[in-house]
Amino acid sequence: MDAALFYTFAAITLAGALATVTRRNPVHCALGLIFSLLGVAGLFLLQAAELLFAVQILLYVGGVMVLFLFVIMLIHLEQAARLRQYSRQWPVALAALFAVFLEIYVLAQSGLPGLPPSPQPRLNAGGNTERIADSLFYVYALPFEAASLLLLIAIVGAVWLARKKEQPQ
Amino acid sequence: MTFETLLPYLMAAIFAMAFPLVTGYLVLVERKILADFQARLGPMRVGPHGLLQPIADALKLILKEDTVPKDADKFLFYLAPLLSVVTAFGSFAVIPISATLRIADLNIGLLLISALAAVGVFGIILGGWSSNSNYSLLGALRGAAQLISYEVALGLSLVTVVMLSGTLSMQGIVEAQFNQRIWFLFGNYGLMLLSFFIFLIAAVAEVNRAPFDLPEAESEIVAGYHTEYSGFRWALYMLAEYTNIFIICAVAATVFFGGWLRPFANIEWLAYPMDAIFPAALLFLSAWGCARMKLFPFTALLGISGLVFLIPAVATALSAPFWFFLKVSAVFYVLIWFRASWPRLRYDQLMDLGWKRLIPLALGALLANAIIGML
Repeated sequence: MDAALFYTFAAITLAGALATVTRRNPVHCALGLIFSLLGVAGLFLLQAAELLFAVQILLYVGGVMVLFLFVIMLIHLEQAARLRQYSRQWPVALAALFAVFLEIYVLAQSGLPGLPPSPQPRLNAGGNTERIADSLFYVYALPFEAASLLLLIAIVGAVWLARKKEQPQ
Repeated sequence: MTFETLLPYLMAAIFAMAFPLVTGYLVLVERKILADFQARLGPMRVGPHGLLQPIADALKLILKEDTVPKDADKFLFYLAPLLSVVTAFGSFAVIPISATLRIADLNIGLLLISALAAVGVFGIILGGWSSNSNYSLLGALRGAAQLISYEVALGLSLVTVVMLSGTLSMQGIVEAQFNQRIWFLFGNYGLMLLSFFIFLIAAVAEVNRAPFDLPEAESEIVAGYHTEYSGFRWALYMLAEYTNIFIICAVAATVFFGGWLRPFANIEWLAYPMDAIFPAALLFLSAWGCARMKLFPFTALLGISGLVFLIPAVATALSAPFWFFLKVSAVFYVLIWFRASWPRLRYDQLMDLGWKRLIPLALGALLANAIIGML
């Protein structure tokens, strides 16, 4: 059962990701990305990480993707569809793809260093909300705060960039 | 298979089958109450006091032609209403009607409802966009902006509840209210009232109800995101909307009003008056009302149910669902009251209220509740 669910969610994730990069219509691309993110959420659920499952849907699907669609719906689709779809950096992309596959191949041959041979099947039965809170706010409090500071800087920077430049008097 | 293992499947099936009919009657109740607010009678023609109106409406909607605009994105046009309905029905999974009557007790219950509501808005956005109509697109854009603005305040007000209960499970939140001997509405020396009002305003905005019904403002943008929908697909949107309203009322009843607990659930001697006499009195009152409206079959039905409630064994079994549905109905009535009382907000007022008032207020309420809770 678990294996069947895993392959289902993995297929949804990959099919969504493929649709994201191959569809011409930006709204369809966004929809593909939504399905891909939902598939990842399903994979989290299979690992008994319910909190991550809910947060993944709430933040990425419900927050980020709504914003994406909001912007996509405001642009001219006819113009966007006529643009050249694939980036001109395809030799670099091909090289990166090759590197990733090489990496996966090497890791599959040698096994991951410094990790247990098989993943821990279940975290804890009572749910892992408190575990995550402990890691975020206690064990890794400093990196967490640093990340939030970074995001704050990014927000301020974005507002600064998007602000209308005042004409010099 | 024992009854306990079958119960969740049975309840899911009952919810899914009964809710289209329930939605029809929720609409009738809403129209009747609105009519009452405006000193009218409301629907009166189909059946006695318009009681068969929902059936007539449903038949009409099923028989109507299902039109699709010429340049619509057909796949998304078909998908969008389904998305709305599926996510709305999914939330039923974690709503506890009593200690035993529930589909699932997840330890992320509250988060799951927020997550499903967040996915549900794609029904509005995609439906509005795929219709290829300016009015629909405007409705979809408004829906998206409104959801993002009010989701934050809604989440922050629910966090205060989670701080008090120490769990995200809906079942656990009700049990925490029993153990702490207080409904969370009055928790933290009354400070939770502030959270409740923030929740109520944000929740009304979240389900696109008046005065926050900008995505389907009929006087400005025809019908908003579902302008181009007709027949059964339009009915699916209505079904999703009223299901969402029911869900949000159920969440309010569960996290702020003690869910299935009767008032003063910890006082032993109040058990019989609250479990049997109050429901029976309410049912007798309704029976009397039906008699005044010359609906004698309903008088008999309500009178007999009132008498049945006076049997102690029945009262203990049925009081939990009774109190749950009474609280849900009370919140639903308040939502209709809002609709009857307030004019629709302008778009800039909506954004102003959401970002400049509700979110700072919710953050303040969160901080204050955290400090009081630690004392």
